[in-house]
Amino acid sequence: MPSSDKEQWKRETLDPVVKRFPERRDNFQTDSGLVIGSLYSPEDLQRQGLDYDNDLGYPGEFPYTRGVQPNTYRGRVWTMRQYSGYGTAADTNERFRYLLENGQTGLSIAFDLPTQIGYDSDHVLANGEVGKVGVPICSLEDMETLFDQIPMAKVSTSMTINATASVLLCFYIVTARKQGVSMEEISGTVQNDILKEYIARGTYAYPPRQSMRLVVDLFKYCHDNVPKWNTISISGYHMREAGATAVQELAFTFSNAIAYVQAALDAGLKIDEFGPRLSFFFVAQNNLFEEVAKFRAARRMWARIMKDRFGAKDPRSMMLRFHTQTAGVSLTAQQPDNNLIRCTIQALSAILGGSQSLHVNSRDEALALPSEDSVQLSLRTQQILAFESGAADVVDPLGGSYYIESLTNELESQALEYIQQIDDIGGAVEAIEQGFQVREIGDSAYRHGQEVESGDRTVVGVNRFTTEEVPIEGLMRVNEEAAKSQVGRLERLRQCRDDSKVRNALERLKQVAQTDDNTVPAILECVENYCTLGEICEVLRGVFGEQDGTLSF
Amino acid sequence: MQDNNRPIRVLVAKPGLDGHDRGAKVIARALRDAGMEVIYTGIRQSPQMIVQAAVQEDVDVIGMSILSGAHLEILPEIMSLLSDQGMDDVIVVVGGIIPEVDRQPLKDLGISEVFGPGTTTTSIVEFIGQSVHDRAGS
Repeated sequence: MPSSDKEQWKRETLDPVVKRFPERRDNFQTDSGLVIGSLYSPEDLQRQGLDYDNDLGYPGEFPYTRGVQPNTYRGRVWTMRQYSGYGTAADTNERFRYLLENGQTGLSIAFDLPTQIGYDSDHVLANGEVGKVGVPICSLEDMETLFDQIPMAKVSTSMTINATASVLLCFYIVTARKQGVSMEEISGTVQNDILKEYIARGTYAYPPRQSMRLVVDLFKYCHDNVPKWNTISISGYHMREAGATAVQELAFTFSNAIAYVQAALDAGLKIDEFGPRLSFFFVAQNNLFEEVAKFRAARRMWARIMKDRFGAKDPRSMMLRFHTQTAGVSLTAQQPDNNLIRCTIQALSAILGGSQSLHVNSRDEALALPSEDSVQLSLRTQQILAFESGAADVVDPLGGSYYIESLTNELESQALEYIQQIDDIGGAVEAIEQGFQVREIGDSAYRHGQEVESGDRTVVGVNRFTTEEVPIEGLMRVNEEAAKSQVGRLERLRQCRDDSKVRNALERLKQVAQTDDNTVPAILECVENYCTLGEICEVLRGVFGEQDGTLSF
Repeated sequence: MQDNNRPIRVLVAKPGLDGHDRGAKVIARALRDAGMEVIYTGIRQSPQMIVQAAVQEDVDVIGMSILSGAHLEILPEIMSLLSDQGMDDVIVVVGGIIPEVDRQPLKDLGISEVFGPGTTTTSIVEFIGQSVHDRAGS
């Protein structure tokens, strides 16, 4: 006789087998520590009170759990956007054109650390960092070189830039203008998510509250002038890479998002004026099903936050659009080719989760910046997933799976509890100043590390299935001359520009920064007159103060 | 100088502009759990700040983490400042993304060990304990 319910099945069919043949572990958990049962069935969804119309609905309709587009990838597949940048603007321009020729459909700029923090390449703190983890862009001239022969009207560009986002956006706007492309036409994203920089990654320049003003200035300016620009990419990625669990990634991302929305409302913007331009960025980690559930939970959470908490009316304000990158932290230096497989599984989770754009990491990135061959393999991984696997041919393919729906519910409810905790502290900014998120993430990271060391968590090639390591050939190395030539160009620029225009523009920026007026037009004027990034940020540091590096522990 | 009753004192530092400090913090905590006294500088430390902290805290060991690729520019400066301060006996170890070919040049500067990705905290604790012990005996 077949069992009439799950309880009976467990008692009569499952338990006797487990008694004879013990399972591999005493308990199975996701990466977030959610306990996983051996089987999910309609009873689980019933217990959780899942209601199809309310909680899932149809794609393209509230609460968007199954997707923000009615047909997801059947019209157009996701944007394949490999993050790149190194050496000089000319080196990176070459890599960009190589990627576009190979079928990449959007650009994603990696800037070097001095550019991200607001120092010119010849600043003393830039020593050793110029051109290393990204491209140095100190002035309009560098941006012009970066986009040489790249049609800015056609390509959308994502910039991983936060503390200095408005300066880099102004470089981009003026470069496009010189190509004959207007502000109304350009499309892309600036990350502009400064709060997560205080929690992880650390490319902040000014203290949190002053930085929030710059974020909102950019929202306002783009609403009035750059309508196709995504003004922020609120990122869970870096917090997860720093050790957060999937639950923490969701919770901290959305509590930061809530802080940005509130700041914009407080500055007088209307929710549906800026809501549609907010975008997100998540990681795709190893646990395939938890990640798919995370992306689905994220869509539902955001739709409800915008509608119920902030009273948004425009459906576009409720639609969570996001970029995904596979997990850098999961890459191993040991047996590096294994990383190809990890990246493929992670990328698959992003596709099954309905991501709007994707970066797939490369096999050699635990050792160096990726080589050209490795990057091509990453792009091919995306193309195989898009055009061979069939994963892109149906909307939300895992929707309705008892397991996926249970996980989606569980992740959402745990993340909501965390958001409540941050609300109780007084919001994300207050929690950051108290070190709350940093401590929580630090605990998760330590626990993860201990699990790997004890062997409780398997990392193939590292703590199990190890072999003698063969050194990998053809690792990428940034040309040592790049930094020198960059500094040389900067010196020449300073000599040939109009000094009085530079001084006047910087002085005006200083005056504007001291008032509540929008800083972006003043920054734009600086950029047009070839003020450098470092000079502009120096003015802002003078007005706003500087955040030192001790906030992060 | 190491007195046998004193716990080993370690400065964990993040030189340069790199803000990825997951590894540095995990190591700091593991060393603390192993009974060492650990001072973590926070991110974005200049060579001068690191050496000054090492002097002030009178540490036996400096552990630095760099993932940005700036190690060949930043570490020689730190080693030379340490030497200026007469702190040649401090044990210096480095971790992060350091290409194989850069290991020997770093060791030639007087850096005792370069720990790559996948190194266990247990082996780092052992290395530091052994090095401090050997130095005290020499």
